[in-house]
Amino acid sequence: MDISFRLNGETVVLRDVAPTTTALDWLREARGLTATKEGCNEGDCGACTVMVTDPDGRSRALNACILFLPQLNGRALRTVEGITGPEGELHPVQQAMVDHHGSQCGFCTPGFVASMAVAHLNGDTDHDTALAGNLCRCTGYAPIIRAAKAAQGAAIPDWMTADRAFFLPEISAGGVSNQRFDTGGSQPPAGTGLQPRTTDDLAAAYAANPQATLVAGATDVGLWVTKQMRDLGQMIFLNQCDDLGQIAQGDDGLRIGAGVTIARLIPVMEDLHPSFAAMLRRYGSAQVRAAATIGGNIANGSPIGDGPPALIALGARLHLRQGDARREMALEDFFLDYGKQDRRPGEFVEAVTIPRQPDRLRCYKLSKRFDQDISAVCGCFNITVTDGTVTAARIAFGGLAGTSKRAPHVEAALIGQPWDEASVTSAVQAFAQDYTPLSDMRASASYRLNTASNMLRRYFLEDTGQTTAIMEVQP
Amino acid sequence: MSLAKPLPHDAARLHVTGQARYVDDIPLPAGTLHLAFGLSSVARGRITGMDLSAVRAAPGVVMVLTADDLPFANDVSPSAHDEPLLAAGQVHYVGQPVFAVVAHSHLAARQAARLGRITYAEETPILTIEEAMAANSRFEDGPRIYAKGDAPTAIAAAPHRIEGRLDIGGQEHFYLEGQAALALPQEGGDMVVHSSTQHPTEIQHKVAEALGVPMHAVRVEVRRMGGGFGGKESQGNALAVACAVAASLTGRPCKMRYDRDDDMIITGKRHDVRIDYAVGFDQTGRIAGVEFVHHVRCGWAQDLSLPVADRAMLHADNAYLLEHARIESHRLKTNTQSATAFRGFGGPQGMVGIERVMDHIAHHLGRDPLEVRRVNYYAEAAPVAEGAGGLSAPRFTSGEHPPEDISGKKKQTTPYGMEVEDFILHAMTDRLAKTADYDKRRQVVAAWNAGNPVLKRGLALTPVKFGISFTLTHLNQAGALVHVYQDGSVHLNHGGTEMGQGLFQKVAQVAAARFGLDVGAVKITATDTGKVPNTSATAASSGSDLNGMAVKAACDTIRDRIAAHLAGLHQEDAGRVRFESGRVTVGDASYSFAEAAQSAYAARVSLSSTGFYATPKVEWDRIKGQGRPFFYFAYGAALTEVVIDTLTGENRILRADLLHDAGASLNPALDIGQIEGGYVQGAGWLTMEELVWDDRGRLRTHAPSTYKIPAVSDRPMVFNVALWDQANREETIYRSKAVGEPPFMLGISALMALSDAVAACGPGYPALDAPATPERILAAVQRVRDGL
Repeated sequence: MDISFRLNGETVVLRDVAPTTTALDWLREARGLTATKEGCNEGDCGACTVMVTDPDGRSRALNACILFLPQLNGRALRTVEGITGPEGELHPVQQAMVDHHGSQCGFCTPGFVASMAVAHLNGDTDHDTALAGNLCRCTGYAPIIRAAKAAQGAAIPDWMTADRAFFLPEISAGGVSNQRFDTGGSQPPAGTGLQPRTTDDLAAAYAANPQATLVAGATDVGLWVTKQMRDLGQMIFLNQCDDLGQIAQGDDGLRIGAGVTIARLIPVMEDLHPSFAAMLRRYGSAQVRAAATIGGNIANGSPIGDGPPALIALGARLHLRQGDARREMALEDFFLDYGKQDRRPGEFVEAVTIPRQPDRLRCYKLSKRFDQDISAVCGCFNITVTDGTVTAARIAFGGLAGTSKRAPHVEAALIGQPWDEASVTSAVQAFAQDYTPLSDMRASASYRLNTASNMLRRYFLEDTGQTTAIMEVQP
Repeated sequence: MSLAKPLPHDAARLHVTGQARYVDDIPLPAGTLHLAFGLSSVARGRITGMDLSAVRAAPGVVMVLTADDLPFANDVSPSAHDEPLLAAGQVHYVGQPVFAVVAHSHLAARQAARLGRITYAEETPILTIEEAMAANSRFEDGPRIYAKGDAPTAIAAAPHRIEGRLDIGGQEHFYLEGQAALALPQEGGDMVVHSSTQHPTEIQHKVAEALGVPMHAVRVEVRRMGGGFGGKESQGNALAVACAVAASLTGRPCKMRYDRDDDMIITGKRHDVRIDYAVGFDQTGRIAGVEFVHHVRCGWAQDLSLPVADRAMLHADNAYLLEHARIESHRLKTNTQSATAFRGFGGPQGMVGIERVMDHIAHHLGRDPLEVRRVNYYAEAAPVAEGAGGLSAPRFTSGEHPPEDISGKKKQTTPYGMEVEDFILHAMTDRLAKTADYDKRRQVVAAWNAGNPVLKRGLALTPVKFGISFTLTHLNQAGALVHVYQDGSVHLNHGGTEMGQGLFQKVAQVAAARFGLDVGAVKITATDTGKVPNTSATAASSGSDLNGMAVKAACDTIRDRIAAHLAGLHQEDAGRVRFESGRVTVGDASYSFAEAAQSAYAARVSLSSTGFYATPKVEWDRIKGQGRPFFYFAYGAALTEVVIDTLTGENRILRADLLHDAGASLNPALDIGQIEGGYVQGAGWLTMEELVWDDRGRLRTHAPSTYKIPAVSDRPMVFNVALWDQANREETIYRSKAVGEPPFMLGISALMALSDAVAACGPGYPALDAPATPERILAAVQRVRDGL
């Protein structure tokens, strides 16, 4: 397919791009831009972090190793070569990294610099969150954080706003004309990539090519290519469908388009369900959250996805579309079995709706590492207590079954009971009826079941005002 | 003066701009080919058939190599000639390279490598310590035993006795830059190899063997690695040899880099170790006798396992004087990756053993573990006499802890008979306990734990005493090559490799200091077997000790020649020629360094020299377990505070206070970097980093998605790091001390702090294995509550 984007301030037009070419391989091999490193080739180490600016002028850090070139179409890519000034001037975060001894072996450093430069541009001073997706094996991170803090007040260099100015000429002194990089109307040949601009076009394209692979953020599909080396055949890229990424408040609740990234969902959830937002801040890393979409998180049906348990606990409704036909179902009904969802050929997730409700949701994500780790157990509880009695309970877990799954026996054991320790102690017995988890490299079956029970205890303790979170303990 | 300054890493600016070049960044000549290995899918068996037709037919494939296609030696082992590059008939672990694909691109090679159809006659693999012991599957004939006194009798006679077992997991290096090599064929069959290796001479040696050429026909160059940590001491051999053989056969440049999953599946890791212990002690916790049995899982090939296991034994005492000790070590051969060097080289595992014993004794007696540690410490060394510190005399005296008068006593020795002459941990422990407020925080933690049923805090202060030198004595040598050009600029080369530790900058600081120059006048150059031959691996923390001294020798030779020349011109004593602040002064005359160099050149004085250094005093018999394996010890102490969640076992380091002995630091910023980074890596090893193999010997944690090294938020929330900063008593380079490995073991305090927090849950002893994952902690909480 033909695409066009900005690379370090220059327009690049590429013809006949193989749609599974990753930005990382293209930068390093085709362009000789070797500052961007391959550390893991699966989006887990951040050594390949680059800055991408969207046509709306917003910039984000992304992992180039699982970023397909078509995803860059119409956007601006800036690598560490372009984060360094045009005359070789150091960006403030680069200077701070030198001054604070933030590099040792140096291999992770360009990725850190990219993440730090994006955070600096966006005025983000939550460095631990911004850098959770960048692994360093040498420094122990302390000097990197010192550098990030030291640079946070520095002025943003001119060249770092050039991409924004390109897309939004009204804010640019130079008044460069806005380009959306239309690369002509040529239809790409079959077996390559389609890039619909609207959800209607997507629906038509997918209905016509039901065997196609849908690619939104590619944080999962990327690994099918880089690790499994699968031939994905026809691909349909969703990230030009702006209308798939809408968030709207309706009568029945909050409707979240399938193309909404996790990063965009977080601030929305901070107001409505802050515990969900807190868990989403541990979803992948900044780079992953900026790419991954809630639609992808649901549609791929992973038993260890963190979005679905919370959404099921909130009673979310799923909206599916096939051509012009639409249907709706409770989210939990979508997950039929391990690797199997109630999705017809050519049908895609269009949106999910969270019903309006008082916030009683608590989400507990359990993993070996706090940040950027896949859950061993993800427990989400939404328990309504009226006058001391449990009147409603929606409890859903990831990591305990082949799909995200509700806990009907535990819910039933709670409903109608007084909200006290005895009821909780009694209800946790029912977990063994609801789940028969597996043992794997993340946790044993018994640990999973045991901690699931303890998560209900935690919900009760927190509801009665006790602190049980290690993250709230201060030294 | 360039010494002792906190200068940034020499490549810092190149790092942050992405210009620092690693093997995979080197621009390739046209026609370069790329390699990938096809791997064994079974842990043990005989290859009965290999259908590689689909591999050969795959797009872009130029050549496929099997063991039969190798022209000369099929061996990439560093020691025992037991590690074929490509499996020859038998396979010994899941992930063993069986064939190599040579293709037009990295991707084409990787894709084709998956198309091999190999059939095996599978045999039952030996995977676990139990299975290996039952099958007597081991390296060496039987266990190694080092002993001092009569431990069984002493234990039996002691007022208190306990026994226990500790399992310590391995560790993946997770250097951010994976293994990589590039071979460039030269005229006449010569080969130039760029390798991401800590050991260029060994790469040269193995490539020469594989090509059937003398070592002089192979030149290996290493500018830098993107992390090593021991994982590039021997594990780069396979890639370099494969590339060189393919380059030789095709006449084209060949490059290979492992995909991360392949890297983790193919290469060796830290040895996991089981330690059984029995100890007898008195009411104060003073150990009367202790016995350890180490079960070391070495994997399928010997690699460096013998010296690793030796070093575990050599650190079974850590900081404690053991009059009666017996250490038995089994080096077990299993059908898993061949465990290899990793920062500390077995020392950390041995040290965790005795720290567990201290923790267990304290729990048994109801005493503060720090008290128990102190009563077992070696006696403090007498202070260094005034002026004896040489160039860097002690910058302050410890003062707080008068050394014990041991003049009338017999010498204090380790279990392997080495006298401990430089012990400083009494003073260091005092300082740390005071600055980190140990006593008060003990009370605060106890009060917190009394009031919190769910969250428990714990703290622990643990010491480190780590022996510095290669235990294979002949490796304690180094060479350097220094040129001074006519313009006064200096070209510096030595046998050490740069993997991020800042060795090149430290050594450049030494060179600059010898010539009285700013460090900017010294050009740091890539390690090159054509410039300095017969080098030892950059390992055992020895990089700056060895290479700094060799460079000093080379610089002094040139300096003395310049001095003699100028002294002759001015009829002065050469000893009075001074090199300072970029100038050379002779009596009343003063030259810029460039003028001095120009003058010497014009007078036909050589401005180039090699330098050489061999560590003094060391001698060691590893079979008897007697001698002086180490030139000196490096010391450190760490106080870690943690919190655990008794509902899930989740945990977190709240605060760490580290005090570390780098001698008279050559560069405090770089040394502190090693200490901070070492601590986090050590704590990661003992907490979240878990390697999991399934019952068929397949590593299930072979990517960062499943193997979790510490991320940024895992560093201690409060992280205080200080240098002890007293001169080394031994005559090392400017009285500094090695700092690469020792701080890693400061991380042991995190495990012991977790044990302390778990112990707050009930009457039982936590007996916490490592890594102390949330799951293990929760299980330990349950045991403690049950009073087990």
